[in-house]
Amino acid sequence: MRVALYITCLNDTLYPQTGQSVVTLLRRLGCDVAFPAAQTCCGQMHFNSGYRPAATRLARRVRRQVAGFDAVVTPSPSCAGMMRDQYPVLGVRQETPVYELSEFLVDVLGVVDVGAVFPHRVSYHPTCHSLRGLRVGDRPLRLLRAVSGLELAELPAADSCCGFGGTFAVKNAAVSTAMLADKVAAVHAARPEVLCALDNSCLMQIGGGLSRAGSAVRVMHLADILAAR
Amino acid sequence: MTIPTGRGVVWLDTPPFPEAARRALADDQLRANLRQATTTIRDKRLRVTGELSDWEQLRAAGAAIKADVGRHLDRYLVQLEESVTRAGGIVHWARDADEATGIAGDLIEAAGAREVVKVKSMVTQEIDLNTALAARGIAAYETDLAELIVQLGDDRPSHILVPAIHRNRTEIRDIFTANMARNGRPAPDGLTDEPAALAEAARLHLREKFLTAGVAISGANFAIADTGTIVVVESEGNGRMCLTLPDSLITIMGIEKVLPTFADLEVFLQLLPRSSTGERMNPYTSLWTGVTPGDGPQNFHLILLDNGRTATLADPVGRQALACIRCSACLNVCPVYERTGGHAYGSVYPGPIGAVLTPQLVGVEHAATLPFASTLCGACYDACPVKINIPEVLTHLRAKVVEHKRLPTFEAGAMAAAAALFSAPRLLGLAEWLAARGGRLVARGGRIRSLPFARAWTGSRDLPAPALPSFRSWWRRQQ
Repeated sequence: MRVALYITCLNDTLYPQTGQSVVTLLRRLGCDVAFPAAQTCCGQMHFNSGYRPAATRLARRVRRQVAGFDAVVTPSPSCAGMMRDQYPVLGVRQETPVYELSEFLVDVLGVVDVGAVFPHRVSYHPTCHSLRGLRVGDRPLRLLRAVSGLELAELPAADSCCGFGGTFAVKNAAVSTAMLADKVAAVHAARPEVLCALDNSCLMQIGGGLSRAGSAVRVMHLADILAAR
Repeated sequence: MTIPTGRGVVWLDTPPFPEAARRALADDQLRANLRQATTTIRDKRLRVTGELSDWEQLRAAGAAIKADVGRHLDRYLVQLEESVTRAGGIVHWARDADEATGIAGDLIEAAGAREVVKVKSMVTQEIDLNTALAARGIAAYETDLAELIVQLGDDRPSHILVPAIHRNRTEIRDIFTANMARNGRPAPDGLTDEPAALAEAARLHLREKFLTAGVAISGANFAIADTGTIVVVESEGNGRMCLTLPDSLITIMGIEKVLPTFADLEVFLQLLPRSSTGERMNPYTSLWTGVTPGDGPQNFHLILLDNGRTATLADPVGRQALACIRCSACLNVCPVYERTGGHAYGSVYPGPIGAVLTPQLVGVEHAATLPFASTLCGACYDACPVKINIPEVLTHLRAKVVEHKRLPTFEAGAMAAAAALFSAPRLLGLAEWLAARGGRLVARGGRIRSLPFARAWTGSRDLPAPALPSFRSWWRRQQ
C-alpha cells in the first residue's frame, strides 16, 4: 500500500519527532511511506479564519501532491477533517482517501496491538476534532490499551475543549487561557506521567500550560507512544 | 435590492467580544455561578435525551420540519394569518423592532391600559419592548421569576432559558429587597435568601399584577399554520396566568416560529423540554386558537416580526440558524459561554446560537467579533435538537466578516504572507530553518517563555522551540 504522509505545517516545524514516529510505525507495519516534498499546509488556518480564497489555493496544492496514492495518512485529526469535510465546501474535489493515524491503523491496517512498549502512566485527551469531527471513538484508547506496560489514568471532563481553537488562542487569549487552566487542573487530578492526544496543536496548548505551571507531566502524540519500544 | 437587517438585538454599549469576555472572566463569582448552573443542566439533559431510543430520529425530524418551514415560509405565514383570523384573532405584520413596538403600543393604548404583564419572551427582549413602552408611559411587568430578577435589577438577560443565571440567591434577595416596592408590593420584611422564601416573595408581588392587568404580552414557541394555534411552553405557571386572566392578549413572534401542522408538535414538544430544562415534559404547555367567547382573552392580536429574518433566510448556509427553538442546550455545553457568561456576547442571543444568529440579524459588520468567539469544538452541534451545524455557520460567517473588511488589517497581511510561504515549499524550508535558529536564541530548555509579537500566546503559555532539523529536512537526509 502506497501511503502519502501528510505531516502538517505545525508538526514539520515544531514536532518533527512525531513525523519520524509515524514513518517508523507505518514502515514497521509494512506500508510504503512517501513524503510528497512539495506539501506545506492543508489550508485549515486560512479556512477557519475566514480567508477562503487562500484556503482554496492551498487545498488545490494538496490535491495535486497526493494524487495517485492509495491513501493519505496524517497525524492530525483537525487537518484530516479539513481535507475530508471542508475541501468539498471550497469546491475542491480531492479523491485520495484521507485518514487520521488511529483510523488508518485500526480501520485500514486492522491493527490494534502495534507492538509498542511504554511503561508509563498515561492520560488521554480526546481532541474536539477527533471526538466530534472525525468521530474516531475509542480507536485511540484501544491502541493505547494494547501498549505493553502502559497504565491508563482517566482524565476528568476529558471531552472538554482545551481552549486552543487555532487563531482563537490568540484572538481570544483570555478565554483560551481560562479553558486551559481547567484542562491543566484536570491533568493534575489524573496524575499521569504523560498526557497523550492525537493532535500536537492541542498538545502545544496543554503542554504550554503545563510547562508554564512548572508541571513534570510531559505531552506526547499518540504516534510517539506507539513507536516506542 | 438589499433586504433590511434587524434593529435592537445588540447592546451598542458592549465592547467587542474579546474585551467583554476578558472583563467577565475577572468576575470569580460569575464564573462559579455559571459553572455550577451549566454543569447541572448539562447532566440533566444528557440523562433525559439518552433514555430515548429515537432521540436521533427526533432530531432529524425536527431539522427536516424546520428546513421545510424555511423553504415555504411565505406560504405558511399567509396560511397562519388566515387561520388566526378565522379563529377570531387579528394579525399584524412588522418589518422591524420599531414597527412591532409601535403596533404593540397602539394596541395597549386602544385597550385603555397603562400596565401590561408579560410572559417570558426572547423576541420582546430582542425588540426591547419594555423600553419602547415606557417611553409611551406604559409599564410592562415581567412575570417569569428570572426575568423579574433581571428587570428589578436593571440588568440584562445572560442566558436564553435562565436569564438570571449570573445571579446567586444572595444577590437576588438584595435586588428584591431594594427594588420590589417601586413596581408594587414590596418584599416581605426580613426576607432571607432561602429559595422558598424568594419564590414566595415573587409570588405575592406578581399575584397583584396578574389580577389587575388588562393586557398581557407573550411570545410564541410555536404557531401552527393550519389551525392558527399558538403554543407557549413554560415552567412556572406565570405564563398560564398571563394567557388566561387579562381581557386582551398580544403575542409577538418571529416569523420563523411557524410550524405547518398540529402534528408537528409531537416532535417539538419532545425536543424542547428535554433539551432546555432537561425535563421529560415541561410543567405548563398553553395552547390557544384565536378567541373563545366567555373564556380567556376576548381580544387576541398576533404580531409577526421580521427584524432581519428574511435577510438571514436569503443565505443558504446561514439560514439554518432560523431553525433554533431557543432551548439553550448549546449555551450549556459551550466551553466559551461557560467561562464568559451571556453578557459578553453583547446581544439578547448569547452563546453559540447567538454567535451565528446575531451577526445575521444585524449584519456581520455590526457583530464582527462574534463568529470568532468559538474554538469550533463542535459541542453545540452535537447538543442542538434541530441539528443546526453551528461550526459550519461560524466559519461561513468568518469568511463574510473578512470580505466585509475594507481596510487592510495586520491579520490580513499575516494571512497573505503565510499563504505565500505555504505556496513555496523551498521558501518554507528556509523560513523553518531561520525560525529554528532564532528560536534557539530565545529558548531555555527547549521552551520559549516570552516572545515579542507573540505575547497573546506567551502571556500564559510556553511555546516549544522550533526543532532542527524540520521534518522535511530530516526526510531529505534519510532518503
